[in-house]
Amino acid sequence: MLQRFLKPYPLCFSLCLLPLLGIVIDMMFDNLGADPIQALHIRLGDWSLRLLWLTLFITPLQKITQWRGMAQYRKLLGLYTFFYASLHVIVYLWLDQGLAWGTITTDIIESSYIWFGVIAFLIILALAVTTPKAMVKLLGKNWKKLHRYIYIASGAVIIHYYWQLKGNMAEPLFYLIILSLLMLFRLAVWFKNRQFTKMMIPTTRKIRVVKADSATAEAGRSKGIVIEEIDTDIET
Amino acid sequence: MIIKTHKSIPSSEITDPAVFKQRRQLIKAMLALGITGSGVYSGFADAKEAPLTATSADIVKNHTNYYEFTYNKTDATALAQALPIDPWSVEITGEVEQPGVYHLEDLLSQQTLKEYIYRFRCVEAWSMVVPWVGFPLASLLKKVKPLSSAQFVQFTTLFDPKSMPNQADNRMLDWPYVEGLRMDEAMHPLTILATGMYGDSLPKQNGAPLRLVVPWKYGFKSIKAIVKIELLKRAPLSTWSKSAPNDYGFYANVNPDVPHPRWSQSSERVLGAGFFTPRRKTQLFNGYADEVAGLYSNMDLRHFF
Repeated sequence: MLQRFLKPYPLCFSLCLLPLLGIVIDMMFDNLGADPIQALHIRLGDWSLRLLWLTLFITPLQKITQWRGMAQYRKLLGLYTFFYASLHVIVYLWLDQGLAWGTITTDIIESSYIWFGVIAFLIILALAVTTPKAMVKLLGKNWKKLHRYIYIASGAVIIHYYWQLKGNMAEPLFYLIILSLLMLFRLAVWFKNRQFTKMMIPTTRKIRVVKADSATAEAGRSKGIVIEEIDTDIET
Repeated sequence: MIIKTHKSIPSSEITDPAVFKQRRQLIKAMLALGITGSGVYSGFADAKEAPLTATSADIVKNHTNYYEFTYNKTDATALAQALPIDPWSVEITGEVEQPGVYHLEDLLSQQTLKEYIYRFRCVEAWSMVVPWVGFPLASLLKKVKPLSSAQFVQFTTLFDPKSMPNQADNRMLDWPYVEGLRMDEAMHPLTILATGMYGDSLPKQNGAPLRLVVPWKYGFKSIKAIVKIELLKRAPLSTWSKSAPNDYGFYANVNPDVPHPRWSQSSERVLGAGFFTPRRKTQLFNGYADEVAGLYSNMDLRHFF
């Protein structure tokens, strides 16, 4: 039994549940401080953010280690991101706001930091919904395009985190730096691939294009140079 | 416990054993200072409203915004204990007939301490009810005789980077912390200087030995550990207004219809209300509109936020 759980995938699956366990224990022992609803809300949000960052960490890790078996972990972490984000949203709607939709509407309209939370959650929701293999098949090429929106979601998450704070910016800055590094890695890979692709394009005979009047153009053409005529009557 | 039922027991009926013990000391202290009153001033004109029930002292003592010490709400409880508050003096200066540096005991000996049970609404959209012990700011100002030229009052917190670590190595706010009131706001009977809460002396993390309490304004106006009170001809620039003028205005009156640029102020989370009590609607001037709305009768509150 224990052996089964010590395999990497079940272990990772169980580890991702530990934060929730910690939160439930703190709830049971009234250990969430003076503002327990907010503490609960923030802790769920924090874990959703961390798991999103871990999800984004898989691809660079895969590139560096050349280990090809990591896609299932990316999927697992992505779905856990959605799981914690959903709990975060449920706590807001139900415990914090008591499902009073009028107040919720006012709160969302007046709170710009929540807009970015909503954007991030809708994207993560769309990514979670399109996780099943059938959806991957159905979307075809668009699946990859859709799942690139994770970058927009992570940007929105940072703004969502940063804008609700009054003073200390150290924590959002910490996550921003990590996100920047993860993005820089992708940018570097993209740039490298682009250079590589360029090298792969078969080179043809270079053509010089020169702009000139008709007489010069004619002379040039006779020498095999492509010369584009310009209308010399137009004053420049 | 996850589920807490919230019964409306008047604060007078709940006694934290620890407070009970300390109360004896306070009574002694009050007697020593020649303090007579134990009257309760709730500052509540609306009879329809239920009497305010104080938030549990444990919450109030462990949920503070004291950026001189920390940016979180719990660590100031321990960190603030390093603050030396005895002896303490307050400089009163500016447009007054009797400027000077006064010992806190001398200032307090002229005052009658009373209990003021006020709602306290933070700009971060949480609130609590605190039974402060203190006296009207007006009664202190009258003793030093403001000149007719005095239009504003500026308050300054202690600057002591040795005991307040964020004053030494952080540039986030311009220390020392400064707040201000218009003269009529300062003279309003609801505006008090607090030296205690829950029938006991003021904990250091809550602003000991002397703090301002302006119940109809956001909590950041109620400056802690005051060392200087200056009466001015012109409006002072408060610390948060200086740091983020579009986010925090001079007035900072509690107003559900004027949102912070990044979040709504229409509702608030009542601390200590338990898991299944949702937010409550925030009231204009934090529920003290009957008493203070007259101060702002001709003003556009959206502009003067």
